[in-house]
Amino acid sequence: MSSIWGKILRINLSTGEIKSEKVPADLSNKFIGGRGLAGKMLMEEIPAGINALSEENKIFFATGPLTGTTAPTGNRYMVVTKSPLNNVIASSNAGGFWGAELKFAGYDMLIVEGKAPEPVYIAIKDDSVQIKPAAHLWGKTTSIATEILLQEFGDPKARVAVIGPAGEHLSPIASIINDFCRAAGRSGVGAVMGAKNLKAIVVRGTQNVQVADPVKFKEAVRAAIKKIRENGVTGQGLPAYGTAILVNIINEAGILPTKNFQTGVFAEAENISGETLAEKYLKRKDPCYRCPIACGRHCEIDGLEGAGPEYETIWAFGSACGISDLKAIIHANTACNDIGVDTISAGSTIAAAMELYQRGIITNAELEDGPALTWGNAEAIVEWVKRMGDKQGFGSLLAQGSARLTAAYGAPDLSMSVKKLELPAYDPRGLMGHGLQYATSNRGGCHVRGYLISPEILGLPEPLDRFSLEGKAQWVKTFQDLTAAIDSSGLCLFSSFALGAEDYAALLAAATGIPYTTETLLKCGERCYNVERLFNLQEGYTAADDTLPKRLLEDPMPEGPTKGHVHPLDKLLPQYYAVRGWENGVPTPAKLKALGL
Amino acid sequence: MQLTVKLFATLRHNRFKAKIKEFDQGITVEQAIKVLDIPEEEVSLIMVNGILVQKEYVLKDGDTLALFPPIGGG
Repeated sequence: MSSIWGKILRINLSTGEIKSEKVPADLSNKFIGGRGLAGKMLMEEIPAGINALSEENKIFFATGPLTGTTAPTGNRYMVVTKSPLNNVIASSNAGGFWGAELKFAGYDMLIVEGKAPEPVYIAIKDDSVQIKPAAHLWGKTTSIATEILLQEFGDPKARVAVIGPAGEHLSPIASIINDFCRAAGRSGVGAVMGAKNLKAIVVRGTQNVQVADPVKFKEAVRAAIKKIRENGVTGQGLPAYGTAILVNIINEAGILPTKNFQTGVFAEAENISGETLAEKYLKRKDPCYRCPIACGRHCEIDGLEGAGPEYETIWAFGSACGISDLKAIIHANTACNDIGVDTISAGSTIAAAMELYQRGIITNAELEDGPALTWGNAEAIVEWVKRMGDKQGFGSLLAQGSARLTAAYGAPDLSMSVKKLELPAYDPRGLMGHGLQYATSNRGGCHVRGYLISPEILGLPEPLDRFSLEGKAQWVKTFQDLTAAIDSSGLCLFSSFALGAEDYAALLAAATGIPYTTETLLKCGERCYNVERLFNLQEGYTAADDTLPKRLLEDPMPEGPTKGHVHPLDKLLPQYYAVRGWENGVPTPAKLKALGL
Repeated sequence: MQLTVKLFATLRHNRFKAKIKEFDQGITVEQAIKVLDIPEEEVSLIMVNGILVQKEYVLKDGDTLALFPPIGGG
C-alpha cells in the first residue's frame, strides 16, 4: 500500500487513444513525483528542438505522493511541458481542489499528447475517460466554461481545469485555471492546451488515497498541522491578511518594483496593502483542499464577489503600473482569470508598455480606441487585460508578453524578465540572494523556485543581511533543491514557512513506504533541478542566459533604503556554479554520476 | 529625539498606523517597544530605515522604526 497509485493516464488527442500505464517505480524513488518525475519523463519523451506549440509537445498534469492525502496543504499539482514563452522546461504549480480530485480518480499523473482535429475536452470519472467535443465552449471565458462543464458533467463535486481565450489564441503568457480561480499561471502552459485544441479537463474521483503506514502517517500529519498552526506566519499572518501582507514590508525595504522597476519605492503602497484589502474588501478566506493556512482571499466590490488578489497580482497591476486603486486591481485580477492569462506576466507587460509610452515609443495612434498607457491610469489595466483575449490588435500584442512586446518596438532592455519570463514583485538590487535565484531559475524570472525573501526580508529560518554576498550561493542552492522536493511531494510551498526538510521526509516516508531522510529528500530535489537544467541546455540555453535585466545590473536604485545599489551578479554566479558542481552553467559528468543521472 | 514609528498588520489594532514621536536619546528598539506599550512577543520583525535589525539596535534621531508581526507570502 502506498499513496502513489503507480498509475498514469495517457491520452493521445491525435489518435483518440486512451490508456493507463504504470509509473516506472525506479523513477518514483529517484524523483518523488510531481515536478521531479514529470520533468524527467518529459525530458525522455520529447525530442529536443521541437516547437512547443506543435503536436510533438506533451503536457503533464502531475500530482505528488502527498496530493489528496490528509497531509496539510496536500492539494498541489504541477503542469509540466515545454514552454511556448521561452522553450525551457515549464512547471507551473496550482492549488485548489483539481489536483486532489485527479488523485481520487486513481491517477498520479495525466499526460496529454498530440492535437485534436477540433476543440475537445476530457472528462474523467474514475476509470471512465472520454474525449468530448468542445466547439460550444471555444471562445468562452474560464468562469463561463467551468459553469457549463459542471452542468454537462452532472456532478457538482466534479472539478474543472480550463483555458480561456488567451490560451485558445496561443498567448505565450496564457494560464490554466482550475476551480474558477486557481492558476497554473506561469510559462504559458495554457497555450500548450490551446495548441492541442484542448479546452478543459473535468475530473471526478471516488477513491480514497491510502498510505503505507497509517499510524506513522497520522502522527506525522498531526505534528505538521501543529507546527503550521503554531507558526506566526502560517498560523497568524497569512490567515489574517493573505499574501498581500507583503506589500508594506517590501515597500519599507525599498524593493517594491515601481513603474517597471524604475524605482523601488511606491508612495501610495498603503492604498494597495494587505491591511487595506482586509479592511475594505475582504469577504472571507478561500482555502484550498486540506489547507490549515487558508491564505486565499475572497473579495467583494460593487456587489460583485471574486477570488484574490494575491500579493504578486497586486504588485503587477499596482506599483508596477503606478496604480493605487485597489478596486481596479481586483477587477484586473478577475479579468486575467477569465481571459486565462498569468497575472504577473500580464501586469508586468502592461508596465513595460507604459514605459514605452512614457518614452514616446508607443503613441496613441497604436492604442486603437483604448485607454492611454499613462502611469496610474486604472482604467487602462482593466481594459487592456480584457483585450489580451482578442485575436488581433494591440491587446493581442500585449498578450505576447513583455519580451516580445519590447523587442517589437526595438527596446528589449525594457522587458523586466529573465529568459523572457517576467520577474515577480521584488527588486533584486536590494536582495543579493534572491537576485541570484532569479538569474538561475530554470524556468526564468521566478520567485517560487527558491524564495530567498524568507531569510533576506522575513528573517526565516534565520535573518541574513540582504546586501551581503557571503554564503548566498549555498543558500540559493539549498532553497532551490528543497523547493523542488516540496513541489514534487504535492504539498504547497507555503507549508515551508513552518515545516523543515525533516517534516517532509517523515510525511513522504510514512505515505509511500520509501525511507526518505532529509538527505535523500534534498538529493531528489537536486536531481530534479539538474534534470531541468539539462533540458534547458539541450534547448540551446547557456550560462549567458543566467542573467538579469540590464537595468538591475547597471542602474543604481535611485531612492529609498536600497538607494545606490545594483545587483552584483558577476560576483555571485561563479560561486553558485561551484556549489552546484557545474562548470560554466553545465553539470559536470562527476555531478551527474553522483546524482545517478 | 524624534522617531517616525510605523506599525503594520495586527500591531495597528487599537494603536496607530504611523506617528512622529519623542523618545529619550540613545534608546534601543527594545526600550522603544516598551515605551510604545506593545507586548514584545507581538513584534516579529523590526526595520530601521528599511533595514532589518535586532531589538538591541540603538536608535538615532530622525530614524524610521517599522514594526511588524510575523509576515510571509509570495
